[in-house]
Amino acid sequence: MATVSVSKKACSVNPLKMSQPIGGALAFMGLRGAMPLLHGSQGCTSFGLVLFTRHFKEAIPMQTTAMSEVATVLGGYDNVEQAVLNIYNRTKPEIIGICSTGVTETKGDDVDGYIKLIREKNAAVAHLPIVYVSTPDFKDAFQDGWEKTVTRIVETMVEAPKSASRRDPTKINVLPGCHLTPGDLDELRTIIEDFGLEPTFLPDLAGSLDGHIPDDFTPTTIGGVGVEEISMMGQAGWTIAIGAQMRRAAEAMQKKTGVPFRMFERLCGLEANDALMAFLTDISGRPAPMKYRRQRGQLVDAMLDGHFHIGGRKLAVGAEPDLLNEIGGLLTEMGAQLLVAVTTTQSPVLERLPTEEVLIGDLEDLENLAKAKDCDLMVTHSHGRQAASRLKIPFFRMGIPMFDRLGGGHQLMVGYRGGRDLIFDISNLLMADHEDNHEPTPDSWRDGVGPSHAATSH
Amino acid sequence: MSSLSATIQDVFNEPGCGKNANKSEAERKKGCTKQLQPGGAAGGCAFDGAKIALQPLTDVAHLVHGPIACEGNSWDNRGAKSSGSNLWRTGFTTDINETDVVFGGEKRLFKSIREIIEKYDPPAIFVYQTCVPAMIGDDIDAVCKAAREKFNKPVIPINSPGFVGPKNLGNKLAGEALLQHVIGTEEPEYTTPYDLNIIGEYNLSGELWQVKPLLDELGIRIMACISGDGKYKEVASSHRAKAAMMVCSKAMINVARKMEERYGIPFFEGSFYGIEDSSDSLREIARMLIERGAPAELMDRTEALIAREEAKAWAAIAKYKPRFEGKKVLLITGGVKSWSVVAALQEAGLELVGTSVKKSTKEDKERIKELMGQDAHMIEDMTPREMYKMLKDARADIMLSGGRSQFIALKASMPWLDINQERHHAYMGYVGMVKLVEEIDKALYNPVWAQVRKPAPWEKAGENWQSRAMAQAEAEAAALAADPVKAEEARRAKKICNCKSVELGVIEDAILANNLSTVEGVREKTNASGGCGACAVRIEEILAQMVSASHAIAAE
Repeated sequence: MATVSVSKKACSVNPLKMSQPIGGALAFMGLRGAMPLLHGSQGCTSFGLVLFTRHFKEAIPMQTTAMSEVATVLGGYDNVEQAVLNIYNRTKPEIIGICSTGVTETKGDDVDGYIKLIREKNAAVAHLPIVYVSTPDFKDAFQDGWEKTVTRIVETMVEAPKSASRRDPTKINVLPGCHLTPGDLDELRTIIEDFGLEPTFLPDLAGSLDGHIPDDFTPTTIGGVGVEEISMMGQAGWTIAIGAQMRRAAEAMQKKTGVPFRMFERLCGLEANDALMAFLTDISGRPAPMKYRRQRGQLVDAMLDGHFHIGGRKLAVGAEPDLLNEIGGLLTEMGAQLLVAVTTTQSPVLERLPTEEVLIGDLEDLENLAKAKDCDLMVTHSHGRQAASRLKIPFFRMGIPMFDRLGGGHQLMVGYRGGRDLIFDISNLLMADHEDNHEPTPDSWRDGVGPSHAATSH
Repeated sequence: MSSLSATIQDVFNEPGCGKNANKSEAERKKGCTKQLQPGGAAGGCAFDGAKIALQPLTDVAHLVHGPIACEGNSWDNRGAKSSGSNLWRTGFTTDINETDVVFGGEKRLFKSIREIIEKYDPPAIFVYQTCVPAMIGDDIDAVCKAAREKFNKPVIPINSPGFVGPKNLGNKLAGEALLQHVIGTEEPEYTTPYDLNIIGEYNLSGELWQVKPLLDELGIRIMACISGDGKYKEVASSHRAKAAMMVCSKAMINVARKMEERYGIPFFEGSFYGIEDSSDSLREIARMLIERGAPAELMDRTEALIAREEAKAWAAIAKYKPRFEGKKVLLITGGVKSWSVVAALQEAGLELVGTSVKKSTKEDKERIKELMGQDAHMIEDMTPREMYKMLKDARADIMLSGGRSQFIALKASMPWLDINQERHHAYMGYVGMVKLVEEIDKALYNPVWAQVRKPAPWEKAGENWQSRAMAQAEAEAAALAADPVKAEEARRAKKICNCKSVELGVIEDAILANNLSTVEGVREKTNASGGCGACAVRIEEILAQMVSASHAIAAE
């Protein structure tokens, strides 16, 4: 339905996109006892570290091979070896996840070869799980780094079951995209468990970055999915993949272990959750528990109450493809028009979006298009704040980074309940904006048009 | 690249830096940068440092030439404030792709400069080099020169790619770029005998505006602040100032010193953190301006203002004395900026733990600076468990530190106050110090601590995770105490120099084997204190202990 175009500008202004190595690093953070390691100069890590710390309000485990100019030119074997040994000695991780960066990809370091050599030369790390993913900064985006990393973890760490009879139909693999928050994962876990099924999330940010007070002092990740649990994912009955970005990982799982998968491109909104309920009923053989029947009613009611405010809104969304698909879809289903859609990278969901054009671009594009099309609701991550305040339109924050508000890690979108709360939050924002900025005056209708919510009416 | 490495050598040879002047020729060549340790490093790169130093210039378009990581992951994340343009908060990047990496990114950079001028027309564009374009040989100096000629507008290359070193090197390279391309290129509309430059101040949380009203009252004009709330034209014409204050941080000492050399602008190192320091700085500013021709009555007015402001601040702080009685503060500062708050905290009746300093003479201050510099450094190397133990052992009621240790303190249910650059409150000048005391009071007496320390209903006394971790640490300590050989090993394994990773045992052996008596000697043999130099104090202590021990043996 939508045509996908790429911004023709030479200079990106107010980036929407973040780099893929840190998307990869975040995926590793959903593993228990993990230390993500970026192979690059120390800034590559420190920018990501600051970004995640400000978003999650947590201490973030992330290390660097600290490549100097000379090491970059000569090759980074020594740095990777030193980093692995240092991390091993200081933090005793259960797994080290290495992502490359633009610096080391330009030289073309053979990190897989390095790891092999490091294992041969250092008995201590001979059997330490070390996963390497190639994620140059000058290609793709955050979501792609996440996708590649999860796929690589599946390919290298999941073990193929010896026979199909070892399969446990109550065990479910869940491969969530990076657009889901720790709060979303918790909600999903509860739903799946309520059907008597036992989910394993890969990655599991709910265990590691959900803001709980830890029960141990550890410099690596806490919570998350364990190395052992990952290796046993091949014995599950089904894999659920959430977001189009997870198709590759789900396919890799099926190829390696034979576990069939079901794609849920969306898990926000009524239809998507009806499909989830039907699927879980089907594979568990249990009817949907009463509480979800009630929650479905609550979502329907929220949609009815919210459509008065959301209906007719002219929407400008800047988000990575799967998040754009979720929120653009939900609000369109309630009568908003998705007039401006800006995203970071290619994805099969883009052309199916309920809009005419999707632009792979930046927040300057989002701002200019929102202005040109008279939009009256902006949804993007915290960096949209300047644009929204210039346009004087209501601004709803979604996605990473969310550094200027609390609770980004708990913003809920999935499940009937997630949709219900999201609709309330957005409707309340719009009501507040109406009260603050758009109450009618004796002159509102004098020009024969009437009050508008868009920027130009100010 | 050759000109960049020459610049790096040049900033390492900084005679204005006391630490540097104390180093041997060979050490000086290696530079003042901390050796980066793969797998154990923290902190930003040289590009980060350059951008931190220059980004507060508000009306400049800051264009980052590199892949998306360098700007996309980090833009608009600094707490500096602007009284005018917000252009500095706009993220510009060439976001180079694979094709650029193969064929070179210079064309995209040039086009980007054109687009920025057409759309935003800033007074100047700063172009930041990053690692990838530096590797593929993009010549940003040439592109900037071509753009300057084509568009008749200052386009300034900032050559500080991340992999040349850490943040503090980037600060200095940014200063070099200003010296080479900006300062002295324009003339001010007018000058006065009261024209002052402030160098190395970033106006975080608007802190400069806590002091500016005082300068305004005295008739002192901030000709240029490099770089907080600064404007391009002000910096370009800052060579006409009469005097300069270098805010207490070595980040831009090269700018201050070279401006003195080239334009005869004298400078002093001062600080507006702490009451006495604020007064000292104001006096010094007045003294220098008078020396350069301002009327002598400026000093009388300055003294009157100081007396008035000090009295006001001390009176405001005195109110907290009864509330702070017996309260202990663990102060850990990331930089040297905040050490001067010590006097004010003590005046407010707080006891400082972790540093054994009661009064603040000049030498004591130096010592605090050294001690805290090293402690901050140690913190980076500590495991969270060690950090928690330190908090407990110190029996502190509140911890003041930079952002990195925040979550350890908070998760241990310990009141914590941010005194780092990401903080939300401004603590400069007299009003700022009162604000700091007020914030400490707010944190200390917040009832939330009593709430969050309550055990969960399913928790038994002494069985929470903190106690378990501490019990484990004590068990380990007991095991060591029972085994003298292991204990000696552990004692000797204590890291003294974090930069060069030198352990106590190595230093002791070197002292004994070579009969060393000076820090320089130890440095030559072991490399210890060859990095940031903050551990020199510790090495002196080790030397003193070993000398007295050997005397005792000789006396027997």
